[in-house]
Amino acid sequence: MSENRLRLMQGNEAVAEGALAAGCRFFAGYPITPSSEIAEHLANRLPEVGGRFIQMEDEIASMAAVVGSSLTGVKSMTATSGPGFSLKQENLGFACLTETPVVIVNVQRMGPSTGMPTSPSQGDVMQSRWGTHGDHPIVVLSPASVDEAYRAAARSFYISEKLRVPVVLLLDEVIGHMREGVQVLTPDEFSRAERKKPTVSPEDYQPYSDDGSGIPPLANFGEGYRYHVTGLFHDETGFPNLDPEVADELMRRLMDKLDRYRDVYQWTEHTGTEDARVLVFAHGSPSRAARSAVRQAREEGMRVGQFRTVSLWPFPEDELRRLSDTVEVVVVPEMNLGQIRLEIERIMGGKASVVGIHRTDGELFKPSEIYEKIREVY
Amino acid sequence: MATNLADLAKKEITLTGGHRLCAGCGASIVVRQILAASDAPVVAGVSTGCLEVATTIFPYSAWANPLIHNAFENVAATISGAETAFQALKQQGKIDKEMKFIAFGGDGGTYDIGLQSLSGAMERGHDMVYVCYDNGAYMNTGIQRSSATPLGAETTTSPAGTKVPGKPRHRKDLTGIIAAHNVAYAAQASPSHWRDMVVKAQKALTIKGPAFLNVIAPCPRGWRARPEETIDLARLAVDTAYWPLYEVDDGVWKITYTPRERKPVSEWLKRQGRFRHLFKEENEHILDELQKDVDRNWERLQKMQSLSE
Repeated sequence: MSENRLRLMQGNEAVAEGALAAGCRFFAGYPITPSSEIAEHLANRLPEVGGRFIQMEDEIASMAAVVGSSLTGVKSMTATSGPGFSLKQENLGFACLTETPVVIVNVQRMGPSTGMPTSPSQGDVMQSRWGTHGDHPIVVLSPASVDEAYRAAARSFYISEKLRVPVVLLLDEVIGHMREGVQVLTPDEFSRAERKKPTVSPEDYQPYSDDGSGIPPLANFGEGYRYHVTGLFHDETGFPNLDPEVADELMRRLMDKLDRYRDVYQWTEHTGTEDARVLVFAHGSPSRAARSAVRQAREEGMRVGQFRTVSLWPFPEDELRRLSDTVEVVVVPEMNLGQIRLEIERIMGGKASVVGIHRTDGELFKPSEIYEKIREVY
Repeated sequence: MATNLADLAKKEITLTGGHRLCAGCGASIVVRQILAASDAPVVAGVSTGCLEVATTIFPYSAWANPLIHNAFENVAATISGAETAFQALKQQGKIDKEMKFIAFGGDGGTYDIGLQSLSGAMERGHDMVYVCYDNGAYMNTGIQRSSATPLGAETTTSPAGTKVPGKPRHRKDLTGIIAAHNVAYAAQASPSHWRDMVVKAQKALTIKGPAFLNVIAPCPRGWRARPEETIDLARLAVDTAYWPLYEVDDGVWKITYTPRERKPVSEWLKRQGRFRHLFKEENEHILDELQKDVDRNWERLQKMQSLSE
């Protein structure tokens, strides 16, 4: 008899537990609705497993602290919501350029500004991709259930450690606060990635030298490898180097990593897309209402499918484009005014029409709204 | 200026009734006592926190004066801008009224995330009053620790468990930090000693330049105490010298109230559920450490006073 490993958890708690299961042993945070339960849960749990929880004086500091702890060799995470995510952008950019593995949870609430702290939103979709200045690599996951939040939290560490890239785990308030069953996994059931360590002597270590993989090995502070970390453009020694060729090479390597290792982070789900005339594209909590609407439409004989993505950025562009020859209309339910719709319009390139259903009232989608739209365009 | 109850009771206070703060909340009592001290119209700023959330729920506002709420860390900087513009308009002869600028923030928005913004405002010398209502944790988001949380207190991010007995560090001395900015006026006050507080607020409002008031504001939810005990707990904080009443007026330190007999800090602690675990045998050393800290601060305050004489 196998042990029953189904647990009832809140979404935020599942994120904390998924992170712990993946080996997260450091959390620096700052209270903000609707993400505070992640910090509260880890304040209890991290000391039990020999980890460290620290509450910082603000979100700028929380983000800086996880960069520091990660470079010292501990898997690290912070969590926040919109206003705090705005404050984290500076150090998020620093993590991108210094290739520091960190996980940042953003439980989205209505914005901009203080907005509606207890209402769900997907208003940070573009901010999660382009919130910090400059071209930069980033991976964003958007789970649609509590169980998926648990697995996505663990997966975020895998991606981040493997590719040396910050990963944003983008929830919305509904996923963060609802309670569902979680199938708890044992450590050997996860894909675990330990960051690549230097194999050369400290004298020969070049912290940003590319061994051909595009991912330089990372030594921990204090291991005997002296190296320099800076938010300035740098060459393979880590020291500032603003030479145009060096800068260009660094930026292209950072972005190429994500093109090369798409299989590390790509996470999508197709339902009935093979014969679909109408496709519903959704992520996060709207995809739950969409699932029900698609099911009802199919039961009524309509050729409707759903494309759901968990890996939001980099966008599953090629996978979606392949459907542009068969799909006539894409319906995009979003809790914003069309951040993903515009992306899909670009990808479809005029071959399919794209229709958005947008909510910016802090309320959830009803399956009937999406179903009505499917009927309207079918 | 009124400092007797009969006159104060007649004043129109611009934080009106009907707000949604909890029964027994110290914050509204503090704010109303301070607003009662102003004879001129007030422009108020509030940082994110209980006061802001519970007094401004759309479509209702409990405020009868102009009010600005900016994100968490920005109230001192936002009021800096408003005050500077007002001074400019006054200089140009475009406005001839008197107006007072008051920024209100909780301890999270003041001790932690808003400290930089507050420090900047105090250093630049704006003619404003910053009021911190200090309830010793982030009560609005669900009782997380702040740097004003006392040693040993249980909060949701400093839980008292088997590994850690509540918050492991002392609070920071914010009034001292602001006094070190050499501001025109800095003081600590308590709603239990209302006359002392009103006098301090009047000084802060009339003195030209930056002024700071740090006021203890008991929170029944976060302190795990009964709502009717708010003023008693504020008084006990003063009588144990956990929260001494003093002012730094143009560099002169003065204790404005000396308890006839200073009570042990445990008297204050034992009436709050957030300290319950400290009364277990294994945590006795934390009680000792808290008492030592109170003694140390009280002695230092007396030294500061005698140095000023």
